[in-house]
Amino acid sequence: PLISRNYKGDVAMSEIEHFMPLLVQREEEGALAPLLSHGRVHFLWIKHSNLYLVATTLKNANASLVYSFLYKTVEVFCEYFKELEEESIRDNFVIVYELLDELMDFGFPQTTDSKILQEYITQQGNKLETGKSRVPPTVTNAVSWRSEGIKYKKNEVFIDVIESVNLLVNANGSVLLSEIVGTIKLKVFLSGMPELRLGLNDRVLFELTGRSKNKSVELEDVKFHQCVRLSRFDNDRTISFIPPDGDFELMSYRLSTQGGKEYLMRAHFGLPSVEKEEMEGRPPIGVKFEIPYFTVSGIQVRYMKIIEKSGYQALPWVRYITQSGDYQLRTS
Amino acid sequence: MTDSKYFTTTKKGEIFELKAELNSDKKEKKKEAVKKVIASMTVGKDVSALFPDVVNCMQTDNLELKKLVYLYLMNYAKSQPDMAIMAVNTFVKDCEDPNPLIRALAVRTMGCIRVDKITEYLCEPLRKCLKDEDPYVRKTAAVCVAKLHDINAQLVEDQGFLDTLKDLISDSNPMVVANAVAALSEIAESHPSSNLLDLNPQSINKLLTALNECTEWGQIFILDCLANYTPKDDREAQSICERVTPRLSHANSAVVLSAVKVLMKFMEMLSKDLDYYGTLLKKLAPPLVTLLSAEPELQYVALRNINLIVQKRPEILKHEMKVFFVKYNDPIYVKLEKLDIMIRLASQANIAQVLAELKEYATEVDVDFVRKAVRAIGRCAIKVEQSAERCVSTLLDLIQTKVNYVVQEAIVVIKDIFRKYPNKYESVIATLCENLDSLDEPEARAAMIWIVGEYAERIDNADELLEGFLEGFHDESTQVQLQLLTAIVKLFLKKPTETQELVQQVLSLATQDSDNPDLRDRGYIYWRLLSTDPVAAKEVVLAEKPLISEETDLIEPTLLDELICYIGTLASVYHKPPSAFVEGGRGVVHKSLPPRTASSESTESPETAPAGAPPGEQPDVIPAQGDLLGDLLNLDLGPPVSSPPLATTSVQMGAVDLLGGGLDSLIGGPNFVAPPAATVPASLGAPIGGGLSDLFDLTSGVGTLSGSYVAPKAVWLPAMKAKGLEILGTFTRQVGSISMDLQLTNKALQVMTDFAIQFNRNSFGLAPAAPLQVHAPLSPNQTVEISLPLNTVGSVMKMEPLNNLQVAVKNNIDVFYFSTLYPLHILFVEDGKMDRQMFLATWKDIPNENEAQFQIRDCPLNAEAVSSKLQSSNIFTIAKRNVEGQDMLYQSLKLTNGIWVLAELRIQPGNPSFTLSLKCRAPEVSQHVYQAYETILKN
Repeated sequence: PLISRNYKGDVAMSEIEHFMPLLVQREEEGALAPLLSHGRVHFLWIKHSNLYLVATTLKNANASLVYSFLYKTVEVFCEYFKELEEESIRDNFVIVYELLDELMDFGFPQTTDSKILQEYITQQGNKLETGKSRVPPTVTNAVSWRSEGIKYKKNEVFIDVIESVNLLVNANGSVLLSEIVGTIKLKVFLSGMPELRLGLNDRVLFELTGRSKNKSVELEDVKFHQCVRLSRFDNDRTISFIPPDGDFELMSYRLSTQGGKEYLMRAHFGLPSVEKEEMEGRPPIGVKFEIPYFTVSGIQVRYMKIIEKSGYQALPWVRYITQSGDYQLRTS
Repeated sequence: MTDSKYFTTTKKGEIFELKAELNSDKKEKKKEAVKKVIASMTVGKDVSALFPDVVNCMQTDNLELKKLVYLYLMNYAKSQPDMAIMAVNTFVKDCEDPNPLIRALAVRTMGCIRVDKITEYLCEPLRKCLKDEDPYVRKTAAVCVAKLHDINAQLVEDQGFLDTLKDLISDSNPMVVANAVAALSEIAESHPSSNLLDLNPQSINKLLTALNECTEWGQIFILDCLANYTPKDDREAQSICERVTPRLSHANSAVVLSAVKVLMKFMEMLSKDLDYYGTLLKKLAPPLVTLLSAEPELQYVALRNINLIVQKRPEILKHEMKVFFVKYNDPIYVKLEKLDIMIRLASQANIAQVLAELKEYATEVDVDFVRKAVRAIGRCAIKVEQSAERCVSTLLDLIQTKVNYVVQEAIVVIKDIFRKYPNKYESVIATLCENLDSLDEPEARAAMIWIVGEYAERIDNADELLEGFLEGFHDESTQVQLQLLTAIVKLFLKKPTETQELVQQVLSLATQDSDNPDLRDRGYIYWRLLSTDPVAAKEVVLAEKPLISEETDLIEPTLLDELICYIGTLASVYHKPPSAFVEGGRGVVHKSLPPRTASSESTESPETAPAGAPPGEQPDVIPAQGDLLGDLLNLDLGPPVSSPPLATTSVQMGAVDLLGGGLDSLIGGPNFVAPPAATVPASLGAPIGGGLSDLFDLTSGVGTLSGSYVAPKAVWLPAMKAKGLEILGTFTRQVGSISMDLQLTNKALQVMTDFAIQFNRNSFGLAPAAPLQVHAPLSPNQTVEISLPLNTVGSVMKMEPLNNLQVAVKNNIDVFYFSTLYPLHILFVEDGKMDRQMFLATWKDIPNENEAQFQIRDCPLNAEAVSSKLQSSNIFTIAKRNVEGQDMLYQSLKLTNGIWVLAELRIQPGNPSFTLSLKCRAPEVSQHVYQAYETILKN
């Protein structure tokens, strides 16, 4: 292995030697799965470019937590080293060890927010004399994603509403499945500890407040960043939060487009005929497109209220874009 | 400049050089050297020889260097325990450092050094750190308690750290609370019985409050911990659910799944009539669907869990079929799981779409996926009757593709369809026969042979087809051989005149030329059947088969409930209980769903209380016939268990008679040749006249006439209490009749006459069926044995204990009273074998509160022996399954008053302790049934 950290000491370090042969064997049998076991040891793995990140356990561990953590680890490493690959691990092995210690303790994930980690684990190697390397209070705060004392001359928030259309059409041209997955991404340049409230034309909210349902959108499911107060949303559909600094994904939503308007484009492609000996099945046709300044769902940002105790005025900017997601047309 | 340069020193004498550098006066050089050491360690070189030199670098004000040295210590301390002690002072000092990062680092590292000597010194610093002013140190110390517990549990208890840890659950800082919960949960796992977490409404409230404030990981620890709590009633369950549901909107899939676990578990306590129950069901679907947009590995975990959820509560996702449609670029493990869920959700409403999809998948390239898709079409046909015809025609289309594995798979499922809808789709047989030659997989060959045998009368050349298979008989796999044997016997019974030779041939192949015991057994059984009673043979072999059930791979209900408690964990991915893959005592407590308990102020009237709900609205899952009972598709037509006609005839007939004639009525001449005596294994050779009748004793206890177990007679009435009359007695049950076997002895000096007996009213209405007949007067010192027939039509009165029988015996001297306890198994009736499907439906239907569990200890029998022993006392094994090496016997018995008792007996090979779970609508009999099991099995 390139680098490893044994958090609990119950799995022998040599066990990992079984992993690659097992993986290869399963792949040959066509029985590859993200969870493999050898004797008493269970391997939970993900692959990032040409690296395998493998977690081992002897216990009935929480598998979704493990995969979620592995992906979070990839995210942190990527933010630290731009690219996560063999070279970047070797080039930064000291900091990788430091991060591994901070990300997890005894098998329990700890601080995995890379922005906060960067406040006390830095590449320049801290000198204690400077008194800098203290635990930022943010690490253990209830607001564990934003530090205090952030200052900007110009207070601004950029909101990107990005919708992807997933579509599955069979060879006869009938739509089997179509859904919109939207994400709202924020770029936050705000001083202090601002309280934000985002208003959408959410149908449930409109119903709750007795507004007309016209021009509202019914969201089937919504997922929020850690910073959003979920109980509050559950209670009165208010999206309220103290944002992290900089870029982050505030929320994602999903809605099916059943009953919407349907347009069919018939296109004729003249393609040169090429033959391949191997049969590879019939891959579907993928379609890519982008529609700026538009959301297919009709979702709108009605307001973004920003309140900070210093009372500054801040400007929200909104952009909308629709793009193709997993857009597949099966062929016959 | 990057760190990679540290990896490049591979010169000779490297260790020496490093040693020198580590001891250098220059700070920078020291640090560089430590980095080189760590780099070597990373690539797997042994640098333990540098231990003292590295430890010397520990006292530094450079945090980065300190971390590296600590890392080195964690790696090598165990191999150098004596030297590790050198580090203790620095650790202790660092735990007092003004910088909380250093304090936390020291306490974190010390906990990872699994050396006893160091552990002792850890206690004082840890105690301080648990009360540190800085939450970062406290949260690290909380985890350290779990580490220390792993090394030395006793020490942690003695030092009172568990109490301190419990206090931290009330800490003001959410991260400290989360780690304390995680640590306590981890420790509690190794103390299953202790109420370490002390979950009560107050502590639950604290956890729910912390849930809103801690990190995503902390939320998972808390939710997983909540899932172990059993609310006191439905109100508390609902209020916890209400506070957990907002977590379903968290971006982290693991938070969502842990919340789903809590909700699925607590829902069990809510009445389905509650509005909130419906609300909750609706809230669960969207987040489960959204999980399918996560990374593939998380999708996989989600799908494996959805598979469980769909079985437990199919209503949640019944309208979401389409989201499980397979995408071209899904990884294969996702594709296979989606397919499985699609079949589970298939219904009349969506079957057209499902079939269209399955047909699409059947033309893909991945062999495993294609096979599964073809099989799925068959499962749809069986599940949704209205679609059967369409499924069959789809399968025929697929057979026309001539893709070998598609054809074979299609034939296997068509056989299942025949078994579900007999005499409906036989027109396709001709097409199937065309593909006979291309079948090279045993399962497909066996299926085809079954079809030919089953429909032999409609296939003109059935004999030729089967004969073709016979040529390479010994090269076939067992399942093909068994199937061929049965098919030819069927053919013979249908067309006896033309196929005599063929059947002789196969019987001789199966018995004389084979050393496979199963094949030989079956061969002999057919042989004997055919030779003794061809009419019976016809009845047995060509009997109408039970239709196969809808879903054959449902997880059995008790396991399913357990797995629901483990949503999100490895158990839920493997679909196995943790005890099956986690070693040792840890984590092997079986979890179960909480029983439904209404709060005392419940508004529901008792009539509508869930326990009394009519059975019709009970089942959440379509009664899970199949799986529990083993593979119903197995077409084994071996002798039906307990078949009295066979047994009785076999006793009457001698060997000669047996093997000769007999078939006359069927084929019109005594030309059926008996198996040569030499082929009968010596052990089966019975004494003169016994012939092959003993053969049957080998087969799951068929035809034992011995009857139920009879206890030795015990003294019921001692002579001194009855003026010289001593009564010993016992109870027997034989071929349906119960009797009381008495032994009367006259120990007095006078003759006794005029005996009579009476029973008091009792729980099961036992009464003498005839007067007590002592024919001659009983002289002094004379003993007489009497068998008093009993019936169960007497007056009934519930006794305490239930099996108490009060008896009065009169003679010329006086009336004497005594009471005795009769073993319950005398009340087990002969027709106590419940139909498989009925069993499952009943098992589901009887509320969980009625389930009782018992341990049967020190019973060295294996499953077969247990089964046959119990059967002779009318406890019938309906199915046997092997689950993770344990044998599970599903059994039923019926009492004389019509009460059914259902049992699950869990036997671990090599372990003489069995677990017996009993379910009965009259739970008060369970204890006595258990005693009957004990008595029967241990005698």
